[in-house]
Amino acid sequence: MRSLRILLLPILLIVGWEVAAYFIDNPFVLPSLSTVIPILLHPFSTEYTLGTGSLVENAAASLFRVASGFLLAAIIAIPLGIGMGRSIFLHDFLDSTIELLRPIPPLAWVPLALAWFKIGFVSIVFIIFIGAFFPILLNTIDGVKSVKKTWVEVAETLGARETDVLTKVILPGSAPTVWTGLRVGFGIAWMCVVAAEWMPGISLGLGYLILYAYNFGQTNLIIAGMAVIGVIGILIDQVFRAGERKWFSWRSLER
Amino acid sequence: MTLIIQNLSKEFPVPNQAPILSLSKISLTVGEEEFVSILGPSGCGKTTLLRIIAGLDSATSGSITLDGETIDRRSSQMAMIFQEYSLYPWRTVIDNVTFGLEMQNTGKRPARDIALKYLNLVGLAEFADRFPYELSGGMRQRVAVARAMAIEPEILLMDEPFGALDAQTRNMLQKELLEIWEKTKKTVLFVTHSVDEAVYLSDRIVVLTPRPGRIREIVENPLARPRDRTSPEFARIRRHVLDLINESSQPKEDLIVHPPSL
Repeated sequence: MRSLRILLLPILLIVGWEVAAYFIDNPFVLPSLSTVIPILLHPFSTEYTLGTGSLVENAAASLFRVASGFLLAAIIAIPLGIGMGRSIFLHDFLDSTIELLRPIPPLAWVPLALAWFKIGFVSIVFIIFIGAFFPILLNTIDGVKSVKKTWVEVAETLGARETDVLTKVILPGSAPTVWTGLRVGFGIAWMCVVAAEWMPGISLGLGYLILYAYNFGQTNLIIAGMAVIGVIGILIDQVFRAGERKWFSWRSLER
Repeated sequence: MTLIIQNLSKEFPVPNQAPILSLSKISLTVGEEEFVSILGPSGCGKTTLLRIIAGLDSATSGSITLDGETIDRRSSQMAMIFQEYSLYPWRTVIDNVTFGLEMQNTGKRPARDIALKYLNLVGLAEFADRFPYELSGGMRQRVAVARAMAIEPEILLMDEPFGALDAQTRNMLQKELLEIWEKTKKTVLFVTHSVDEAVYLSDRIVVLTPRPGRIREIVENPLARPRDRTSPEFARIRRHVLDLINESSQPKEDLIVHPPSL
């Protein structure tokens, strides 16, 4: 019964969509599902993508860019967050600047990215980096601050040095929250890639594909591209959630 | 092994005000294999005293030495057991117990063997591969005891370790602690606010006054173990300790009996 409840709305939406498409009778405004599904069923073919890369090629290009920007963000944000969570000096020194930069949407950086890094891969990675950086940083700071003082003191009375405290108490103790930051950061990075691929001079990627299809008036391809973006987003989020259950279940079970 | 505390005082700074004196001129000598309780009402600084002994806080004045050496919190001569649950929730029970041994670079195998020995001592060997969240409060504190014992310290510092437990579990753990103490003969410094617990456990009871904590009296407890909480001798010592606490914690005017106002 539960699966029915979960699937009910999507089914209704699809039926409603088909009915609406039939009455609107204009594939540019709302194409019928029968023109979208064949595209999704041929992910390796370029015939359905108007001569540009196939769905898989476009998705792979987007994923590679997101992974690059995301990893770069994680590599910088996690150590920085640990430092800021541990050192009041570093926190006070950086916090105001970070709080000032944080509300600026990643896309507002596009013109600067183009000015600094020119058209191409580096600019896209930079935009994704901006998107992923802040959630990872803020969650890492929170995670480090949430490490119980007693855990650190126990370690010290048992003979732990600074580095032991860091690697055996601070890191594992904050890991669940850092992981949450990575999950949120990846989600935002994935949203950013689409828009970042609208920058000039890009010729592959799901964002590019959508814009390309729009230029040809092919709404069915736009919708197929959006569907792929949504599905990949869900899948990666599920991977993060599975990791959370596997490695960090202690956090929710701890009384 | 002798722990000597001399003229120890502790002040806490208060912004724009005179500092608060928490401990005043504490002098105490604790010898080999002794079980000493530090007893006092809340706010008397007894936990602060234990934390200073552990090296986690520093004294404002006075000195503490262990066999003539100053205290280092990382020294394996002392281990501390905290009131709140202090186990690492991401480690299994046995990996919690081996933590201190890892810090001393004991090999994996020998560390495991030592950990199992102490888990056996607290009766939890069969729970070695469980996680702390699977254990009850009493079991967790037993693991904390095993973890502290595993580095084979000479002094065990215990900060109200059974304070969060129900009365029954508490009595059981007190009994077990004495059995372990008799087997291993560590020196124990035990902070508590329970008169009954102090009289049941200790050789000597250091009674502190309310803030600032001063030593009111050090009560010798010569009763043979196992002690009977209902015996007249037990009651006599308990009464004496209670009197010490009451007279030092009640300002004079509180002793006037007011008629009930309706």
